[in-house]
Amino acid sequence: MLLGRVVGTVVSTVKTASHKGWKLLLVRPERIDGTLEEKSYVALDLVQAGEGDRVLLMREGSSVRDLVGAPAAPVHAAVVGIVDEVTRS
Amino acid sequence: MRSAMYLARVVGTVVATRKAEGLDGVKFLVVEPVDDEGRPAGARQVAADAVQAGPAELVYVCTGREASMALDEPFVPVDLAIVGHVDDVDFHPGALVAGTSTAAKARTKGAARRRRR
Repeated sequence: MLLGRVVGTVVSTVKTASHKGWKLLLVRPERIDGTLEEKSYVALDLVQAGEGDRVLLMREGSSVRDLVGAPAAPVHAAVVGIVDEVTRS
Repeated sequence: MRSAMYLARVVGTVVATRKAEGLDGVKFLVVEPVDDEGRPAGARQVAADAVQAGPAELVYVCTGREASMALDEPFVPVDLAIVGHVDDVDFHPGALVAGTSTAAKARTKGAARRRRR
């Protein structure tokens, strides 16, 4: 799983059947030093996150399929948590 | 990120008569990855079309093994599929700056309002 930041939302009305009903977010993965990567990815929103939120990004297909309850859904990435704080030791 | 979903634009079509088993009837399009503001951002690739996308249309694609799951016949040799038409991208450049979560502010405000009641 990765840390990331929500930088936008994607509006899609016509999409593959298993994505219907899910909100899509545009998420930038966060590097270990806290800066954001240059490229954004599309992820399903499971936690009602919004723009600017620091989030926990799951990017493993079978786990996400399990979470959305569709064993054959073409999906990889999902936002599974909103991060309040990260501490480093 | 090895496998992912990302935004792309349809820039061409591919016609292939002889194809591997399971690919009959699958339409292939050339797609170009785009950034948050729709500008080209990466090498063009061939994607299987699962949603009847049209020319120059903004779409989102799914890579890897999951791509074939978007098609009628899953587990065919496809590693990139168009899985949705994109009507609009609501990009917030301000979100690139840390600690500017408008969503978090809205949640905090909502909680404060509930406490007052």
